[in-house]
Amino acid sequence: MLEPADQTAPLIRARGLTKRFGSFTAVDEIDFDVAPGEAFGFLGPNGAGKTSTMRMIGTVSPATAGELSIFGLDPRQDGASIRARLGVVPQADTLDTELSVIENLLVFGRYFGLSWAESRRRATELLDFVQLTERSKDRVEPLSGGMKRRLVIARALINEPSLLLLDEPTTGLDPQARHLVWDRLYRLKQRGVTLCLTTHYMDEAEQLCDRLVVMDCAKIVAHGSPRELIEKYVSREVLELRFRRAEGETDDSAHLDGQLEGLAERVEQLPDRVLVYTSDGEAVAAAAYERGLRPSSVLVRRSTLEDVFLRLTGRSLVE
Amino acid sequence: MRVFETDLVVFRRSWHSYLISGLSQPFLYLVSMGIGLGVYVNRNGGLPGGVSYIDYVAPALLVTQAMMAAAAESAWPIMGKIEWDKTYIAALNTPVRVGDLLVGDLIWIGFRATLLSVLFLVVILALGAAASPLVLLAVPVAILTALAFAAPIMAFTATQKGDAGFNALFRFGITPLFLFSGTFFPIEKLPEVVQPLAWVTPLYHGVAVARSLSLGEVDPIGWAVHIGALLACFVAGFAVARITFRRRMVV
Repeated sequence: MLEPADQTAPLIRARGLTKRFGSFTAVDEIDFDVAPGEAFGFLGPNGAGKTSTMRMIGTVSPATAGELSIFGLDPRQDGASIRARLGVVPQADTLDTELSVIENLLVFGRYFGLSWAESRRRATELLDFVQLTERSKDRVEPLSGGMKRRLVIARALINEPSLLLLDEPTTGLDPQARHLVWDRLYRLKQRGVTLCLTTHYMDEAEQLCDRLVVMDCAKIVAHGSPRELIEKYVSREVLELRFRRAEGETDDSAHLDGQLEGLAERVEQLPDRVLVYTSDGEAVAAAAYERGLRPSSVLVRRSTLEDVFLRLTGRSLVE
Repeated sequence: MRVFETDLVVFRRSWHSYLISGLSQPFLYLVSMGIGLGVYVNRNGGLPGGVSYIDYVAPALLVTQAMMAAAAESAWPIMGKIEWDKTYIAALNTPVRVGDLLVGDLIWIGFRATLLSVLFLVVILALGAAASPLVLLAVPVAILTALAFAAPIMAFTATQKGDAGFNALFRFGITPLFLFSGTFFPIEKLPEVVQPLAWVTPLYHGVAVARSLSLGEVDPIGWAVHIGALLACFVAGFAVARITFRRRMVV
C-alpha cells in the first residue's frame, strides 16, 4: 500500500524529529505536517537545521530520534520506494559535468527505472518546461547559474514526483532567474505537486509558501501562513525613521530616549535607524513630529516576513 | 547496472582515444622493453628455460597496465563523484542505493580493464610474444587483478577529503608495485627482506598466473593459490568499501 488510505492524511509527518552529529544537535525534536498539494517552507538563518531536516525527508540521512513518515511510509524501511516518488533539488547543483544537458536527465530517468525511450520523451518535455531546449546538447559547465538551477529542477521532475523537495532553490541567482524559477514552481504547484522548500529569502517564502515554519538553533520557533505570522509577531505597518547624526554623536538614537514611548506597540533601535511597529505608521509619524522629533527621513511600509524573521531569530550574524 | 550505464554514456564520447592509447601503449612498452631491453637479456643466454625476454615481460605488462588503469579509475574519478561534482550524492536521491554505486562503478572499472587487456592481447599476438594459447586466459586474470586493486582503493578514496592522499598512494604504493612485483624481473632477485612484501601484493599474484599461462606452464596448485589471493583481496576490499562508502555518504 503506497497511497495513504486517507487523502487528507499528511504527506509528511514528523514528531520529535531529531538529528545529531556527535554531540552537535542539528535538529532538535521538531514536529510538523505537510498536507498534499501545499507549498511548505522551512525558513531560518544558516545553520538552523533546515538542510538536515530536508535530507531526512529525502531519506538520505537517517533520523537520530523521533518519528518521520513520508507518503505514510517509514524512511528506514522504504527509503527506495519513497525516493521513487520524490523530486530533490539539492543546495549544490550536483550535475554531472562529463555529460551533456539532456544526458544529465536521461541518466536520472534510468536511475528511476524508466526506459531510454520514456526518459528521452520526458527529458525533451522538461527541457522545454525549463526553457533549456536550445542547450540540450551542450556541456553543463558553461551554463549560467540560473540555467544550471533550472536543469536541476528538470532533473528532479524526471520521475513525475508528487512531492518536490527544494533546498534553497534560488540562492545565488539574479532577479530574472529567480522569477523564472518561481514561475515554474508555481506552475508545478498548480498541477498538484506538493512543494517543500527551505529558504532564507523572505520574499521567496511570501511568494511561494502557503504555510511555513521558522527554524532557529535546531528548533521550530513559529509556524503558520506568511500572513498569520506577520499578524502574530509584528504589527501591520512599520515606520522607519532616520535621524541626521549630530556632531560628535556616536549613537544617533541616544536623544530619543523615551520620546517615542507610548506611541507604538514596539520600538526597535538600530545603529542607522529606528523601527516603530504600529498599525498606523502615518499617525505615529505625525505624533512623533508633534513631540518635536525631526527625523531626516520617514518611511512607512507594510510589515514583511523579514520583520517576523528578524524578530524571531535576532539580528546578530549567525556563522 | 544503471550506475554503470552512466559511465558508458560518458565513454561513448571518448572511446576512440581509449582505443588509440589502448593499442599504442602496449606496442610501445613491448617494443622498448621486450625487443629493446630484451636484446641485452637474451644475449647472455636468455632466461632459464630459454624463454625470450619479450615472452617473459608481455603477459606481466598486460596485467600491470590493467591494474594501473583500475587504480587510477578508483581514485580521482570516484573522488569527483563523491566530493567535487557530487554526482553520487545526486544519484542517492533516486531509488539507487549506496551499494549500487559501488557495484556499478566496479563493473565499469572491470569493463575498462577488459577492453585494455583485450587490446593488449591483440598486440601481444601480433608481435608473437606468447608461447601458449593459454595466454587468452591472461585477460580474465588481468580483470581480476584490476578489481582486486579497485575495490580496496575505492574503499580508501571514500575516506579521503581531497586528492592529496592519492599522490602518496601512487608514489609509495602503486608505482613501486609496478616496478617490483615481478613484472620486469623475478622477485627472487629482490633482497630477501622485501620478498614477503611482494607476496602480499595482489599484483605479484596476477603477474605470476598470467606469465605461467602465457609461457604454457601447467601449475594448477600455483594458479589456485594466486587466484585465491586475488579473490581474497577483492572480497576484503569490497567489504571495507561497503563500510567506508556508507560512512561517507549516509550521514
